[in-house]
Amino acid sequence: MKLGLAIEELHRSENHLARVLLAVADRHKADHEVFHVASDLARWSQRHVTELARVGTDFGVDLDPRPEGEPKILERIQQATSDLLGRRPEPGLLLLADLRHVHREAAGVSLDWELLAQAAQGARKPELLELAERCHPDTLRQLRWANAKLKESATQALVS
Amino acid sequence: MPRIDRIAEPWGSRTPYGPGDTWPVRVDSHLADGLTEEDVDRWVQSATILHSNGDGLDIAVKDDRIVGVRGRAVDRVNHGRLGPKDLFGWQANNSPDRLTKPLIRRNGELVECDWDTAMDAVVGRTRELLDEQGPSAIGFYTTGQLFLEEYYTLGLIAHGGIGTNHVDGNTRLCTATAAAALKESFASDGQPGSYTDIDHADVIALYGHNMAETQTVLWSRVLDRLAGPNPPQVICVDPRETPVARAATVHLAPRPGTNVMLMNALLYEIVANGWIDRAYVDAHAVGFAELEKRVRDYPPELAAQVCDVPVEQIREAARILGTAERLLSSVLQGFYQSHQATAAAVQVNNVHILRGMLGKPGCGVLQMNGQPTAQNTREAGADGDLPGFRNWTNKDHIADLARIWNVEPMDIPHYSPPTHAMQIFRYAEEGSIRLLWVQATNPAVSLPELARIRSILAQDRLFLVVQDIFLSETAQLADVVLPAATWGEKTGTFTNVDRTVHLSEKAVEPPGEARPDFDIFVDYAHRLGLKDKDGAPLVKWSDPEAAFEGWKECSRGRPCDYTGLSYDKLRGGSGIQWPCNDEHPDGSERIYEDGKFWSEPSYCESYGRDLVTGAPVSETEYKALNPTGKAVLKAAEYLPPHELPSEDFPFQLITGRTLYHFHTRTKTARAPQLQAAAPEVWVEMSASDATDRAFAEGDLLEVSTPRGRVQARLRISGIRPGVLFLPFHYGYWDSPGGHEPAREEGRAANELTITEWDPASKQPIFKTAAAAVTRLSEGTGPSSAPTTTASRPVAAGVPPTRGGDAALVTEEAGAR
Repeated sequence: MKLGLAIEELHRSENHLARVLLAVADRHKADHEVFHVASDLARWSQRHVTELARVGTDFGVDLDPRPEGEPKILERIQQATSDLLGRRPEPGLLLLADLRHVHREAAGVSLDWELLAQAAQGARKPELLELAERCHPDTLRQLRWANAKLKESATQALVS
Repeated sequence: MPRIDRIAEPWGSRTPYGPGDTWPVRVDSHLADGLTEEDVDRWVQSATILHSNGDGLDIAVKDDRIVGVRGRAVDRVNHGRLGPKDLFGWQANNSPDRLTKPLIRRNGELVECDWDTAMDAVVGRTRELLDEQGPSAIGFYTTGQLFLEEYYTLGLIAHGGIGTNHVDGNTRLCTATAAAALKESFASDGQPGSYTDIDHADVIALYGHNMAETQTVLWSRVLDRLAGPNPPQVICVDPRETPVARAATVHLAPRPGTNVMLMNALLYEIVANGWIDRAYVDAHAVGFAELEKRVRDYPPELAAQVCDVPVEQIREAARILGTAERLLSSVLQGFYQSHQATAAAVQVNNVHILRGMLGKPGCGVLQMNGQPTAQNTREAGADGDLPGFRNWTNKDHIADLARIWNVEPMDIPHYSPPTHAMQIFRYAEEGSIRLLWVQATNPAVSLPELARIRSILAQDRLFLVVQDIFLSETAQLADVVLPAATWGEKTGTFTNVDRTVHLSEKAVEPPGEARPDFDIFVDYAHRLGLKDKDGAPLVKWSDPEAAFEGWKECSRGRPCDYTGLSYDKLRGGSGIQWPCNDEHPDGSERIYEDGKFWSEPSYCESYGRDLVTGAPVSETEYKALNPTGKAVLKAAEYLPPHELPSEDFPFQLITGRTLYHFHTRTKTARAPQLQAAAPEVWVEMSASDATDRAFAEGDLLEVSTPRGRVQARLRISGIRPGVLFLPFHYGYWDSPGGHEPAREEGRAANELTITEWDPASKQPIFKTAAAAVTRLSEGTGPSSAPTTTASRPVAAGVPPTRGGDAALVTEEAGAR
């Protein structure tokens, strides 16, 4: 059985998504909604990381329950830069690129949850299936947010 | 006839009545010094403009000047009554500092010019930008204080003519969440309740709604029920000890930013105790299973901890809500301007859906408005919605609108939701909106984080047009200022929160060269040469009544159907509630009777949004969720507020209003009785917090947040410990700074507020900033804050707020 492997992979990809969301939040502090919502959505992935580590112990994988952490010094500097860059038009394009990135990463995480749910059903692991059913909708909401925000932001960034 | 000091007694004398009875008539009137009704040349029909209640009144005219007002006894809304702002606020019309000529910026100074010069400058810059960048360079920031005909014309010009998506109103600051919450639960805007529900209700629940100060006449109606036989029980959710809280059976004063937690706990109790109309829910709602599952995570014990409210109070409030026979709820800024605004307001709708209490006498929800014509901004498409509650994601709705306007569907931007106000200012900040036209609102005082807003408005690269009746803080930053006519000086209609449409007729000429907003818009469209697809002028009307007829066609078959109304029908009697059409020729007291909603996928205004991320729900998702047009029970998880108190900023700051002022005081400060009642900014703090710091009533404090500082005298009030309150009305136009603080002495509450908004309604959050407070100097006497309202002092010895002879108002009880 490769359930441990699937849990480990999801633990990695959720950790990565959380860091991507936090980095996006920091880079776009002057776009206040992006800043706050991306920070909130990062917390969902961090919660998933903790839950995956907890369930991992039942499947023989030893994972760190603590999310990989808050942005580092370099990202803090980006945040300050983002404030200063608030008056320039380029952040509009950068935002589009960043949202596209979030969407791609969230899509990957979503597929990982599909894999885990399929495996949990095959292996008859109700606890694991319950976890997937509880967490996967969060990922889909992250995905839809990136899509919606991209759609909403694209026109002004591209036609002006 | 009795005369009463209505500054000292804002709600006037009691006329008690019982459940199911008709609210007795009491006609309030106030005329300029020394005049009697015999001196009045004529009375001109209108309604109140300094709040959202929509009270019918007549304007007294003598020698072609407004000299007073009198409530209309026949009007369904107020039965003759008026509030202090209406009784005294009309004096601002006659103020000597009204704008009477257009102004244009020359060599850095605003100088007088003629209309041609001003309009040519606006039209010239518009055309330049359209050629160079296109419609994305143009933004309109309007208000909740113009008339329906003006909004509809503006929406047509902006959406159908120029083709910009950037149109919103300051209604974004006050009622965006009302509309959003209705769209989430019922898939369309439109208030389920009626003011007459007060006559029938056995429980009235007010969520973050200090009705006593924001809608004084409506509160008089509640007070009269409370003074009569079999009075209703009142539930109040508010961190301040408001007049509503003092009248309440249960007063819940939660920690700011925790409304969703509290609401979920109330729903937990209602579900757990089976206080649910299962037959109604099964027949008329979707989403129960998810709501039931969600609220299971929010037992009252948890909410008691997070909200810091006694658990017994939560249970008691839930029991009263759960066992009410006729429940009326109203919601306002305590929810709308707080964290998770839409999610919290939606839970109030959920209580009503679960209990099957909609569309019946006494069973209503009023997702309140703050401004007199906010409903019209929403209906007519001047606020980030399309006219007639059309759905921007529904191609058929766009095609229908294009047919009515005789333009191509592609000419109406509908690729994304219309740009909301905070995003309009963001685009101006980053430089992609280069012409911003502000009408009858004052963002330089009313938007959050004023230092940022001033710096955006003051940019050289932004062409700022301000249309107003006074030289407001915002107008002082403009490139062109257009002097407008106001209420009493122009004709039009407007609609209050319970869908009552009133006609407001022109009583006098505007001062100098000031022109009605309507005329300014039509002139702009013609000068710009806006055409329909056949080359005829886009705007096909030149007076308000013709615009109203145009609007009626646009509203035909939509929820806000006006086709049965006309100016003639609105003249003489009472206001009339929409929908008013062939089927309902006398209007509609209630909507959503018999569990019928406007939520069918092909008809509805909105498919809703994710309450946390704000992402719109797609048509496919909505059709799967709600294929047959039921009400939607939408669950929401609680999230902690983003800015929490810290060691450096240990308080939570909330901003708000007082009974005696409206918005940024542009009118109310020019009415002597109102200005004297609340002459300067104050800050409220609880007695325990003041004692801890050895502060005393009247001390001069400095309140600070990471964004700025404000100085204000201390009023020790009944506010929740740990919370500070500042009224947001006070700006700088009547101070040495002009449009900004002189030196470091800020007094506008919005120097301190955070730039953040609810992702679903896009309404800014004014009620959860972390703040610090220090004492600058000891006071020499008490603060001048009103003693009659939520700012009532806890200590004795503060002189009571009185208006004296100048505030005497005639009250005539009984039929007229």
